[in-house]
Amino acid sequence: MTNAIKQNQVCYRTFHLDQPWSLESYEKIGGYKIWKSVVAGEIKPDFIIQSIKDSMLMGRGGAGFPTGLKMGFVNRDKPGQKYLVCNSDESEPGTSKDRFILSKNPHQLIEGMAIAAYTMGATVAYNYMRGEFMHEFNQCEKALQEAKEAGLIGHHVLGSKISIQIHNLIGAGAYIVGEETAMLESLEGKRAMPRYKPPFPANYGLYGKPTTVNNTESLASIPVILEKGAEWFKSLGTEKSGGTKIFSVSGHVAKPGVFELPLGTSFKDLLKLCGGIRNNRGCKAVIPGGSSMKVVPGKTMLGAEMSYEGMKAVNSAIGSGGVIVMDDCTCMVHALTCIVKFYRDESCGQCTPCREGTGWLHEMLLDILSGKGKVEDVDRLVDVANKIEGRTICAFGEAVAWPVQSFIEHFRDEFVYFCRNGESMISGTKNGK
Amino acid sequence: MSEYQLDQSVLKKIDQWAKKFPKEQPRSAVIKSLRFIQDHYGWLSDRQLDALAKHLNIPAIQVYEVASFYSMYHRKPVGRYTIGICDSISCMLCGSHDLMHYIENKLGVKPGETTKDGLFTLEEVECLAACTKAPVLLINGKDYYENMDPKSVDDLLEKLSQGDS
Ligand SMILES: Cc1cc2nc3c(=O)[nH]c(=O)nc-3n(C[C@H](O)[C@H](O)[C@H](O)COP(=O)(O)O)c2cc1C
Ligand code: FES
Repeated sequence: MTNAIKQNQVCYRTFHLDQPWSLESYEKIGGYKIWKSVVAGEIKPDFIIQSIKDSMLMGRGGAGFPTGLKMGFVNRDKPGQKYLVCNSDESEPGTSKDRFILSKNPHQLIEGMAIAAYTMGATVAYNYMRGEFMHEFNQCEKALQEAKEAGLIGHHVLGSKISIQIHNLIGAGAYIVGEETAMLESLEGKRAMPRYKPPFPANYGLYGKPTTVNNTESLASIPVILEKGAEWFKSLGTEKSGGTKIFSVSGHVAKPGVFELPLGTSFKDLLKLCGGIRNNRGCKAVIPGGSSMKVVPGKTMLGAEMSYEGMKAVNSAIGSGGVIVMDDCTCMVHALTCIVKFYRDESCGQCTPCREGTGWLHEMLLDILSGKGKVEDVDRLVDVANKIEGRTICAFGEAVAWPVQSFIEHFRDEFVYFCRNGESMISGTKNGK
Repeated sequence: MSEYQLDQSVLKKIDQWAKKFPKEQPRSAVIKSLRFIQDHYGWLSDRQLDALAKHLNIPAIQVYEVASFYSMYHRKPVGRYTIGICDSISCMLCGSHDLMHYIENKLGVKPGETTKDGLFTLEEVECLAACTKAPVLLINGKDYYENMDPKSVDDLLEKLSQGDS
């Protein structure tokens, strides 16, 4: 039953309050309690790392790497400067979730960043927001000011020996900044071009110093996990996917929206929360984790569960939690062209397969849309995608290859039809871009 | 001829921002400094980039390569208001292409162009992370207008035009 699903238990837990972004509201629900215990020496770094590991929190930025494991990569006792970076770039098409943590619950993010920074032995942390997030940036600045005035952040936190400086930053427009090493380049004031790995940021990060990059939702989950216990968090989800995940559901649903739900919630229930497909139409296809993830036929999704293993079972992934829903009037050729255009525009241009390949893909799709496509083009699209995949410095290559491969795998007929007939199989589709 | 100087108010903001980074990393401040300059002057001219390089004490190329990489910088004059229309997937599924055509017709300009009165520059922008409120418009790179349709576009353009007089 849909109304039995508990929402907003972790990152969005202040949202029911008046002025959820204020220090007063955050403290009312027990905010900063954990940070105070950490500062008082009652909670030790080893315990924090173990708890996050036990909670099974996986990176919520898209790659799903276990957060606790990552926390242990930087040796806190090694002398020298270290950095924590919060990735608030939120640029994956279909994804709109971190934005609300930043604007409505910034203190929880600050607390999470402080705990994570302290645990890895970093005294400086940056929260890098995408360039358009001026409102969110202002909200974070206000919250940071409040936290500093309360002595929670800064030199000698609450009179202790601990120092943590947090800085809010804002970018200037580039999807690739969201890739963690590109973000480090951008923090250094350079073009956001991903770095070769290894060395990994834990060894050679910002200004060459050990650095951890975590997504906003991952960091904001930390205080709640430590307050309520790893077991509590883990048990919200499934055996293999601990806790909650924020899903932003967009596209052809009656009531698009953002929902923080237990992992393992069925897609059917999520769809119910969104009022179903709009105009009572059928569910043709869903991209469950932001436009970089593989598309899944609607019928398959209706039997699937929103968890890491559940999405793997349908050959896709939770990714960033950006759930893009397409009804049965959607022309898949147009939809893919729109997705590919994004990657063409946003390729940083560093790796040839990506820079050239995204252009080829887009040109071929434009040819198909304008009636100049040949049936062989369908296989050629897959061929180009296959040749980008795995041949780039960062995962941007996969991010464009996966949609192309999966759209054609599941909806080949539509692509072939368009090439043969010079028009969409879906009636009423205009020759858009 | 005296050397070109950036406005004092802008330099103050830049210096304040640079404090977020280690002293020996002035380059880190470039990204936001260019936005301070753009907010003040409307766009980024070569002599402003040169002046910024000088102020931060870094080679000019390090400023130019940033200015040409990130999409929010304007290297040419733009209208008083930039209107960005998101044309990524969620907005496209919710009719952003029709909305773009509507605005193109209404203003008589294509993306990248500015209206003759210098009021509006139309832009195609990529996903703005407001996908559940598609289609989305972004004014001047910071103000979001969500769930847009022709009627709300009319109202918005009307409001902006009047705000100008
Ligand atoms: C092309 C590309 C874009 C990305 N964009 C984002 C983003 O906008 N936000 C984000 O948190 N992670 C993004 N990531 C993932 C980051 O590289 C990194 O895995 C993540 O920030 C780590 O945090 P997490 O472990 O908490 O998820 C992107 C990765 C790639 C390859
Ligand atoms: S697709 Fe338009 S805001 Fe995300």
